Amino acid sequence: MSEEKKVTSATEWEDIPAEKFQIIGTDDFSGDIIARPKVGYWADAWRRFKENKIALIALIILIVLLFMVIFGPAISGYNFEQMDTSAINQLPSSEHWFGTDSLGRDLFARVWQAGRVSLAIGIVGAVVASVVGSIYGGIASYFGGIVDDIMMRIVEVLLSIPYLIIVILISVVTDSKSIGTMMLALTLTGWCGIARLVRGQMLQLKSQEYVLAANALGVSPFKTIMRHMIPNTIGIIIVAITFDIPGYIFSEAFLSYIGLGVQPPDTSWGALASAAQQNFMFYPYQLFFPSLMIALTMLSFTLLGDGLRDALDPKLRK
Amino acid sequence: MIKYVLKRIGYMLITLFIIATATFFMMHSIPGDPLGAMANKLPEQAKANYYAKYGLDKSLTEQYTIFMKNLITKGDLGESLKYPGKSITDTLLTNSKVSGVTGGLALFFGVVIGVTLGIVAALNKNKWPDYLVMFIAILGITIPVFVMASLLQYLFTVKWMILPTTGWGKPKNLVLPVIAMCFGTIATYARYLKSNMLEVMGQDYILTAEAKGVSRFHIIKDHVLKNAFLPCITILGGQISGIFTGSFVIEKMFGIPGLGFYYVSSINDRDYTMIIGTTIFAAALFVVAQLLIDIVYTLLDPRIRVK
Repeated sequence: MSEEKKVTSATEWEDIPAEKFQIIGTDDFSGDIIARPKVGYWADAWRRFKENKIALIALIILIVLLFMVIFGPAISGYNFEQMDTSAINQLPSSEHWFGTDSLGRDLFARVWQAGRVSLAIGIVGAVVASVVGSIYGGIASYFGGIVDDIMMRIVEVLLSIPYLIIVILISVVTDSKSIGTMMLALTLTGWCGIARLVRGQMLQLKSQEYVLAANALGVSPFKTIMRHMIPNTIGIIIVAITFDIPGYIFSEAFLSYIGLGVQPPDTSWGALASAAQQNFMFYPYQLFFPSLMIALTMLSFTLLGDGLRDALDPKLRK
Repeated sequence: MIKYVLKRIGYMLITLFIIATATFFMMHSIPGDPLGAMANKLPEQAKANYYAKYGLDKSLTEQYTIFMKNLITKGDLGESLKYPGKSITDTLLTNSKVSGVTGGLALFFGVVIGVTLGIVAALNKNKWPDYLVMFIAILGITIPVFVMASLLQYLFTVKWMILPTTGWGKPKNLVLPVIAMCFGTIATYARYLKSNMLEVMGQDYILTAEAKGVSRFHIIKDHVLKNAFLPCITILGGQISGIFTGSFVIEKMFGIPGLGFYYVSSINDRDYTMIIGTTIFAAALFVVAQLLIDIVYTLLDPRIRVK
């Protein structure tokens, strides 16, 4: 049927007299005109990210968590340190939304106050580790040869020490239980993984054709790095940060749990869970809320990381 | 191959030496008396005797030489400061057996169940078994291990009263800690194996095998599983050494007298010689396990065989 139509239309075409046609000239560049607005890397990534509903939900959960962590203690109307002996171990009620602990402190205020410490450690830890790791990996891959060899050997030695043992050892040695020391302990070897990642990516980029082309065209090394190397590496660094944050939060929770982490009056989700675990049999809700927050944060960052990886690095997409 | 292994062993020894040295000097740089609170209570002479017994009266370099000499020639890590007469090497060996049993069982069940779930999920992609497995995997990754352990203790001990919370020696003492420990392993392997399998199933050689008329069972068994399981060996390395160091939290919560339990208590006691010993022991296990895994990996995967 459609074939028949084509034939008839073709004959119709032949019927048009030649004088009806006219040469209008050719435009050599018409093929190069960009008809649509240019979509940059970030706009493109955001477009891909939006498609991923799960990652979007994770992002919303994280924004809500962040909002509550900032404003939660104020909303509760209680001070997180304020004890009330007339209201100890109370179940969640309209007065104390998450209940109270064994000293009568409002858990709603405490959970969000603890979240400040946990999230701060997670985010700052991951960012510091990434910056250090990226610079280290970048230097190693840029110089190559013996410098690269030595630098990577150091990383190998550091990576061959069990992570938690280093953290514990630093906490014992410094013996100060401030958040700063804990951050140092957590990031001391935390940057090694990212250093390896960045070095690998940079080495791979160095052998790409477009970098070769840039070199051949006489582009300065600085410009090549700024224009090609960094933009092509930033994606994997962001993804690595997202995946690292829950790791740091978990390590902090673990340290606080065995008594090496945040000390009273400060608190964190790990410390809250540790305190609640002592009388979990009688007051399970005291363990429930901090655990829920840890689980929600870990879950959201993991799912967000999955989404970001797909959005920022389309090559990895299956 | 032999050259590669020798080179790796060489690096391993250097690494261990650095770790031992660093740990030793770090622990000795802590301000305050190594005897801790005990130092104030003891009379001068008893204190001096203590110092002489542990060699604390000697200079730091001399202490280091003695420590290293004992460690290298006899494998002797010294004596516990807190419990005089308790040899650290012996303690470590006994405790690591305890941790090995618990951790080994947990790892075994974790890998077997995790791999099975991963295969089920990959073969039923985007159907209900897949969603169920991924739901379990996400729970396993996000629920902190101490919460899981508390929950198990609550359900099995308080509610149903069928299993003891803490203790060691009877098989029923093992059930809860093994379940709590293997939950995370199940989640890791299920997720990892599923994504590996899906990746392999998209490869051209699977299409070729299908085109040649190979049965689905043989494709999965001979091509997909073999290639999908290889990268899992890398994670296995870290976990094997983790068996012996034990899960600190789990051992503490269930009162299992393993390495992790003693490590945490030696930290709380500030038992310096014990901390040094355990750190070195754990690092050694970790490094050896990594080496073994790398060797196994090169043997199994012809693509990365050393040139």
